[in-house]
Amino acid sequence: MSVLVDHQTRVVVQGITGHQGTTHTRQMKEFGTQVVAGVTPGKAGATVEGVPVFDSVRDAVERTGANASCIFVPAPGAKDALIEAVDAGIRLCTIVTEHVPFHDMLVMYHYAKSRGARIIGPNCPGIAAPGKAKVGIIPNVVFRPGRVGVISRSGTLTYEIVNGITEHGLGESTCIGLGGDPVVGTTFLDALPMFETDHDTDLLVMVGEIGGTAEEDAAEYIGKHFSKPVVAYIAGRAAPEGKRMGHAGAIISRGKGTAATKVAALEAAGVTVARFPYDVAELVAAKLAKASQR
Amino acid sequence: MVKLAEWRGKQLFRKYDVPLPRGAVARSADEAAGLVGSGKVPLPCVIKAQVLAGGRGKGGAVKFASTPEEVRTAASSILGLEFKGEKVREILLEEKLPIARELYVSFTLDRAARDPILIASARGGVEIESVDDREIDRQLIDPFAGLTGYEKRRAAKVLGITGNAAKSLDRLLDALWKVFALEDAELVEINPLAVVGDRLVALDAKVIIEDDASFRHPEYAEIRDDRTPLEEIAREKQIAFVQLDGNIGVIANGAGLTMATLDVLKEFGGNPGVFLDLGGTDDPAKVAEAFLLMAQAKPKAVFLNIFGGVTKCDTVARGLVEAMGQVPPHERFPLVARIRGNHETEGIAILRAAGITSVPSLKESAQAVVAATGGRA
Repeated sequence: MSVLVDHQTRVVVQGITGHQGTTHTRQMKEFGTQVVAGVTPGKAGATVEGVPVFDSVRDAVERTGANASCIFVPAPGAKDALIEAVDAGIRLCTIVTEHVPFHDMLVMYHYAKSRGARIIGPNCPGIAAPGKAKVGIIPNVVFRPGRVGVISRSGTLTYEIVNGITEHGLGESTCIGLGGDPVVGTTFLDALPMFETDHDTDLLVMVGEIGGTAEEDAAEYIGKHFSKPVVAYIAGRAAPEGKRMGHAGAIISRGKGTAATKVAALEAAGVTVARFPYDVAELVAAKLAKASQR
Repeated sequence: MVKLAEWRGKQLFRKYDVPLPRGAVARSADEAAGLVGSGKVPLPCVIKAQVLAGGRGKGGAVKFASTPEEVRTAASSILGLEFKGEKVREILLEEKLPIARELYVSFTLDRAARDPILIASARGGVEIESVDDREIDRQLIDPFAGLTGYEKRRAAKVLGITGNAAKSLDRLLDALWKVFALEDAELVEINPLAVVGDRLVALDAKVIIEDDASFRHPEYAEIRDDRTPLEEIAREKQIAFVQLDGNIGVIANGAGLTMATLDVLKEFGGNPGVFLDLGGTDDPAKVAEAFLLMAQAKPKAVFLNIFGGVTKCDTVARGLVEAMGQVPPHERFPLVARIRGNHETEGIAILRAAGITSVPSLKESAQAVVAATGGRA
């Protein structure tokens, strides 16, 4: 078992004929993912990296049995792309696209939720379950199958931390990049229960950052309901108030959303918070060793 | 994030029929005197500096005037001000109203709930952060249904207004909701919202427009904000670039990694001066452009921390070496590089050929750059 994706995952890539869509279709296939269809309106009949292209998600689903979507459509069309996927019956939509207006995302989130569909992202690297499937853009090389779950609001920092875990001789069960926007389809709080019940995950790594209260909300849940050990890292301790630090969601506004309050909330919930990103792997290894002695 | 000055916010309010005091903008004392002379702004009036920072009342950036002479004096004193680092270029003159009470209303985003939120308080006229939480009412608004009648009635009750004023509030909240939803705002705030007789008037306007919706709202593109000149250039080039207090320039890829790099430098006694997130790119020209922008910020040393995924290490190395050649010798600065990930070997070789060593450990490379600025390491 893994979280959200596995050997049954059949991916349709929306925006497959664009540069990003094509590159990452190839890499998803190299990871072992079943990429079964692509969609670009007006390009039906073409193939990209051996994957058939359709005009609509409905056509793609009917012809290939696609059950997960990976969206690369540029921001002005992202809302349409998501609604099209949900209407075609897709229940897992990963939106890689950056700069989706949050007013659009509010509509997308509630639209998907009311129809039982889950969104990962936007502005996210996606999901990877090593040895099974990947939906998104996380570099293949950082992974090795293992028992550490990873959830993160960032992209590259996640690659760096996952790479550290892998270089330490450990491996990952499922890694989800939730995205750096203020409104995301899946938050830490949404993802935690899935890792709690996942039999392939022994420990969870959480990579958070300044802005919002997602880490504090997660801490409250962990303290009450999460039974597995958690190691966290929070980026943005050196960030000033009122400045957007690269991610639309990474902003300390009106004194709220600082790294200090997040670290305090997590530590109060029994989470080990790493001071440096390169300490995470070591802490994970130590916790796993301790857990196995019990 | 485009923060609108009060007068721009009020321009937007006027478009949606949010009730405002009679007023006009002036850019000189003569123009201000002309506005009251022509009767466009009735006396007595209030004169307010058009700056983005808060606390104008206490900082001498708001004055009252009862005669044209007082208007002229007040206008020239405010126009000469530099308020919290911001030069006052515009002033807003408005009629002085007989205010019975000051209230607070705003629409913004509740990130955790993933809904818009209507915030109302009978304690207006002070910073909302200083108001006791029990005196602040919050209602989540469904983005599909929009603002409904019962939500507006609850707001009226919280604000303690009835009769004609409640009817005025009903229309005002509809108008304010439209500003929030149709203009892609992050925040629309009226503080204070004044009760004047049996009607309501927005005395202030705080509006923040979301950058990501600029494809729908090109009209906000030219508005100068509280960005520094270099941040402004970066914004045009779509580079995530933030100027800080220190002297170390940080170039990394991805917001999280860039923030983490800043944190590590700070832990080792360094003082980050620029945050530059390269993002995902496979164009060496874009890397060079970003690097030259960094050079303009005159850092004492630069730390390049790349984890190659979408962005390949050799692309970054190529762009970097090209840009280094364009920086005049007397403006050069020490550079510490750490590049890992996709195409790492090729990237390191390109850097080595140009005399730059890549230090694989984040700890050691961070210490090296701190040492280069003469800080603790």
